[in-house]
Amino acid sequence: MAVDRSKRRFLVAMSSAVGGIAAVGAAIPFVASMTPSARALAAGAPVEVDLSQIEPGMMLTVEWRGKPVWVVNRTPEMLAGLAKHDDRLVDAASEQNQQPDYAKNPNRSIKQQYLVAVGICTHLGCSPTFRKEIGPADLGADWPGGFFCPCHGSRFDLAARVFSGSPAPTNLVIPPHHYVSDVRLLIGEDAKA
Amino acid sequence: MQNLLNWIDARFPLTASYKAHLSEYFAPKNFNFWYYFGSLALMVLVLQIVTGIFLTMHYKPDAAYAFASVEYIMRDVPLGWLIRYMHSTGASMFFVVVYLHMMRGLLYGSYRKPRELIWIFGMLIFLMLMAEAFMGYLLPWGQMSYWGAQVIINLFSAVPFIGEDLSTLIRGDFVVGDATLNRFFAFHVIALPLVLVGLVAAHLIALHEVGSNNPDGVEIKKNKDPVTHQPLDGIPFHPYYTVKDILGVVVFLIVFASIMFFAPEMGGYFLEANNFIPADPMKTPEHIAPVWYFTPYYAILRAVPPIFGSQFPGVVAMGVAVVIFFLLPWLDKSPVKSIRYRGSKYKIALALFVVSFIGLGILGILPATELYTWIARVLSLIYFAFFLLMPWYTKNDSYQAEPDRVNF
Amino acid sequence: MNFMTLAPALFRKILAVALLAAPLCVPMPTLASTAVHLDRAPVNVDDHESLQRGARTFTNYCLSCHSASYMRFVRMTDIGLTEAQIKENLLFTSDKVGNTMTAAMRPADAKEWFGAPPPDLSVISRSRGPDWLYTYLRGFYRDDTRATGWNNTVFDKVGMPHVLASLQGHQVAVHRNEQGEDGKTHSVIDHLKLDKPGHLSPAEYDLLVGDLVNYLTWMGEPAAPTRSRVGIFVLLFLGVFLIIAFYLKKAYWKDIH
Repeated sequence: MAVDRSKRRFLVAMSSAVGGIAAVGAAIPFVASMTPSARALAAGAPVEVDLSQIEPGMMLTVEWRGKPVWVVNRTPEMLAGLAKHDDRLVDAASEQNQQPDYAKNPNRSIKQQYLVAVGICTHLGCSPTFRKEIGPADLGADWPGGFFCPCHGSRFDLAARVFSGSPAPTNLVIPPHHYVSDVRLLIGEDAKA
Repeated sequence: MQNLLNWIDARFPLTASYKAHLSEYFAPKNFNFWYYFGSLALMVLVLQIVTGIFLTMHYKPDAAYAFASVEYIMRDVPLGWLIRYMHSTGASMFFVVVYLHMMRGLLYGSYRKPRELIWIFGMLIFLMLMAEAFMGYLLPWGQMSYWGAQVIINLFSAVPFIGEDLSTLIRGDFVVGDATLNRFFAFHVIALPLVLVGLVAAHLIALHEVGSNNPDGVEIKKNKDPVTHQPLDGIPFHPYYTVKDILGVVVFLIVFASIMFFAPEMGGYFLEANNFIPADPMKTPEHIAPVWYFTPYYAILRAVPPIFGSQFPGVVAMGVAVVIFFLLPWLDKSPVKSIRYRGSKYKIALALFVVSFIGLGILGILPATELYTWIARVLSLIYFAFFLLMPWYTKNDSYQAEPDRVNF
Repeated sequence: MNFMTLAPALFRKILAVALLAAPLCVPMPTLASTAVHLDRAPVNVDDHESLQRGARTFTNYCLSCHSASYMRFVRMTDIGLTEAQIKENLLFTSDKVGNTMTAAMRPADAKEWFGAPPPDLSVISRSRGPDWLYTYLRGFYRDDTRATGWNNTVFDKVGMPHVLASLQGHQVAVHRNEQGEDGKTHSVIDHLKLDKPGHLSPAEYDLLVGDLVNYLTWMGEPAAPTRSRVGIFVLLFLGVFLIIAFYLKKAYWKDIH
């Protein structure tokens, strides 16, 4: 009996293809099982913040996905000061993708008044401290108020933008967030379309 | 490509191994249905190891969290339920495949000279597998896990003189507890799998040294082509048995998937209802039976009456029932290997043995009433008679001469 | 090879498999296998409306004392509820949808009141079986010898009071005499009679309990509907693979004579 080589080639190709699909299919559960579980998702669920409890000029830190998220109620003076040091910033216009589109503006916020930022330094992951006073002795006379990282001295302004000369390469991250009402903020989720 | 291959071959016997174990490993051409289960067992072993690794990523070997972590896998881990069911179905299917694989050995005399070591390695694999399954069964920390382990570990306390200390040593506590769970976890996920993989390698190396047996029990190496020096009744494992085993694997996977996706509890045989209740050291379930693959041995244990109030004889009988398989190569005195050429004595003996094994398996599930205990005693006697009388009935059995060449 | 020559071989294979499967035909004794007759629970985990009704009954009546601590509220999006609906209808105000179902009552208090803490219900349907639950929840009857005033046909001397009594009403046991295996005559429960009607008619109550048991069954394994759906695709795929593997094997084995 003659051996039909083309038939064998065809069947080997078919088996390889189907076997390949099977292998990929079998890999799905294993890869999926390594993604965040329902428990991790529940723990990382959006966090609601009552804005009425934050006095002007004060900051509230909430935990979202295990990270500190700052909510700063910026006074008109603080906001006015933001525009005065653009020349000393690395990325004054927030060109780098460190924020959702709706926070890509000079104040890096949806409502000018409120800054919402992930309080993790973009250098090596320490949490900077809130230093709102202007020109304190340890930070120098030109300190306009902002955040100072105690680990390696990175400096950020009150819109969480990094100053030139800091070890941190980029501005701090603005998490997805939206306003549920005038005084209620939801961190961790974009506004639903 | 060829350059790369040459480079490797100069440093590692890649092509040589491929030839020795696949493309130029000559296997008898007359393998039948019973010869699928070796490759299937290997596949299930790999499946158990892979699913086990991924379960370990989420499971917590702590008495306070173990039960919850299994439910966490079943609910919160994406597709965790699928991995868990693969592992639980795989455990039972492993024994299905291994029992059929062993049955093949009994049918065609695969344990006979010169394959005694293959058989011994195989039996060691079987022993390790039982230990692996037993320890793995404790991990979900349900009522059956707990009380099953409690009962089996207490068997060791029947050993004279050192029994109590021995079972305490195994548990690491006075009852089955967190310490037991933690050490069983260590044995289950790393110690025994390492031993198993090593034994499987030894099993295969020994097999490829002497070559496979076949349903006719004819040594194919006796008839070689004068020119090529290859066995006339042999065919290269690859491609012929690779394509055949692929077919076997697909059929097996259809059975496997049917159970896993549509009846993962398998009517309570693969996952028991009581094991969905967290372990409670204060309350024994009304009816505890081991998982189905242990029930024949459990029935033997229960069938042996206590002597001077000691359970030890039953424990010994159970142990001997497993270990006696090791002696098969030396108990069998028949001049032929395969059941095809054996006389009626062996055929009847084997049929009785299969009946006793299945019968004991069923009795091990049922509660031990007086009637059932007596049936179990009769079946246990048959079980042991199969082995102990084997030298006699195989020597005196009629037989047909083996053919020179295999039937195909 | 035609079918006639294949048939005996095929038959032997089937026989071998059947022989192996024989022990599996013996029914497995479970917790639920008591002598009492169990009514068949109307379980259909694809019936979302029934599951939603059951979920509501569950949160209203069961969750005050029992927890379902492996079950997250948010999982009920699987049975057609939105997160907003879950929050509005099923959650206590302080809870989040991602939370697991904890009981309103503290387990320590429960232990004091009932003698034993009420069991977690996450996987109760898998240990007891839906039929047992269905019969149990419809099997409460008045028994003044019990501290709670209630007893149950499938769970004698049960510690749990009849929480759904206002809906079902009060049942009493009607006894009959029966000769036991020991030759003596025993008084056994023949059936239950509705003594004082509740808010629901017996038929309505059965529906309510049916939905509740359906919900408990779904909650025991929320992945079950996905499991059978995925299973069908996997089997279809393997069916295609089988055909290819069969012809592949045949094409190569033509060489072997």
